[in-house]
Amino acid sequence: MNTFLVLTPGSYTTVQDNGRYGYQQMGVPVSGALDLFSFKIANFLVGNPEGCAGLEICIAGPRLAVLKEADVSLAGADMEAKLNSKPVEPWTSFRVTPGDVLSFYQVRSGCRAYMAVTGGIDTPEVMGSRATYAGGRFGGYHGRPLKKGDILKRGKGRLLNSPKHLHSEYRPRYLSEIVLRAIAGPQDFYFREGFKIFFQSVFSVSTRSDRMGYRLTGPEIVQREDMPQSIISEPSMPGGIQISPDRQPIILLVEQTMGGYAKIATVISTDIPNIAQAIPGDSIQFEKVSLETAHVLYREQQNRMLEIAKKLAEQ
Amino acid sequence: MGDRGLLVEYGNAIDPVVNQKVRAISVAAGKNMPPGVLEIVPAYRSLMILYDPLVTTPADLQNAFLSIEKKLQDTVIPAPRTITIPVCYGGEFGPDIEVVAESNGISTPDVIRLHSQPEYIIYIIGFSPGFPFLGGLPEALHTPRLKTPRTAVPQGSVAIANEQTGIYSVESPGGWQLIGRTPLKLFDSARSHPIPYHPGDLIRFVPISHEKYFQLLEKESTP
Repeated sequence: MNTFLVLTPGSYTTVQDNGRYGYQQMGVPVSGALDLFSFKIANFLVGNPEGCAGLEICIAGPRLAVLKEADVSLAGADMEAKLNSKPVEPWTSFRVTPGDVLSFYQVRSGCRAYMAVTGGIDTPEVMGSRATYAGGRFGGYHGRPLKKGDILKRGKGRLLNSPKHLHSEYRPRYLSEIVLRAIAGPQDFYFREGFKIFFQSVFSVSTRSDRMGYRLTGPEIVQREDMPQSIISEPSMPGGIQISPDRQPIILLVEQTMGGYAKIATVISTDIPNIAQAIPGDSIQFEKVSLETAHVLYREQQNRMLEIAKKLAEQ
Repeated sequence: MGDRGLLVEYGNAIDPVVNQKVRAISVAAGKNMPPGVLEIVPAYRSLMILYDPLVTTPADLQNAFLSIEKKLQDTVIPAPRTITIPVCYGGEFGPDIEVVAESNGISTPDVIRLHSQPEYIIYIIGFSPGFPFLGGLPEALHTPRLKTPRTAVPQGSVAIANEQTGIYSVESPGGWQLIGRTPLKLFDSARSHPIPYHPGDLIRFVPISHEKYFQLLEKESTP
């Protein structure tokens, strides 16, 4: 079902889902929505089963002409979206009909907005997922960000009886001063003074930040002199913080499968969505937590997600 | 490795024996995944285990992988496969082959002969989809990376960086010395097996002519 015609594509709009698992040993990264919290809620808001594909919209949004009736929801960053000339709010769903135009503008808070549609964006599954992996040129819409003139299809799904909205108590607030909780990394012993400096300092998000990794600038993190400059390459995880030869941290994200430099710490899974919503210039501080605390927080977040899913299903 | 990944290390050096152990444990675990394991990623000397913290704990996983390791003798692990990769060396396909020859004080035919002699072990696949990092490069071929990486290295390029050799399975940026190119399409996301080898398998390079290169390219050959 042809559902949207891309009038303008925005700065970097991709089809994403929950990610592509099972292929990292072939060098294929997980990809998928960077902020899974917002992405999953976007699906709940249109009554989709978890894992349907949607759009990840980064910094400047697209204009889409509606070709087919559907429910649409927005979550994550606020991009001052308008349906025709009427503003539509993030964290809500609304009905669109043929002839409508859905416009996104410059991001007002956060960095990435998510758009879900009844039945999910329908593109061919590649290796079990619809997530775009632009580096490998596959997945999503022909393995690339959207361009003017692209036509997006949607899957089958039931339209809602009434629109849904996420209660304000559940809506995250995106601040430009971000605290990320992190546990010690697999090569934390490569650092002595550097480890202290890392957790005491304020870093700034560099413009060279994308789905592969977020580069930070700040005080130099110096490695112990008796440790090698690089490590034997090993698999990487989203959230792993690598100290590159320029002594600055990179937070490795979803389009990366391995790294060859020492990893000082790992951002906890619960806080990855907060990285996804950081824009260049935002400040980042790291707070050290234990693995046990990370697991407690993960469980709490998953329970919160279940609670949200239940409440939205009842609306 | 974060709150959803566990890195289990089986040695601290690049070593074929350690890597074969990593491979054996990865194959054995894959046959009977411990509960809560989402994915196992083998590397040079370690396995990364991606897990669901709602289902399992790092301590349980450590025990599960320890018992897999103990029972390894009783587990049938198929021998690693040897995959043959045809390579057209030098010329337009291997623009850096003279650099490799000169920096090692040998001739270009020596580079070809030496490079196509060993059976290389695939230590890890990564950097880009299907890119194998191969161990076992003869010392006479060790050559440092380019000072300035290329922005686009053609698909199929066979290359050297220090003591490693590898294949650019898809076009990507890269700073390795290019010595030849294979006509085989190593990575194809549409195939049921997107790449024809696994970590721990062996690779042998066979020199081919220009004519043969284009013949194989036309047939869209896979190994």
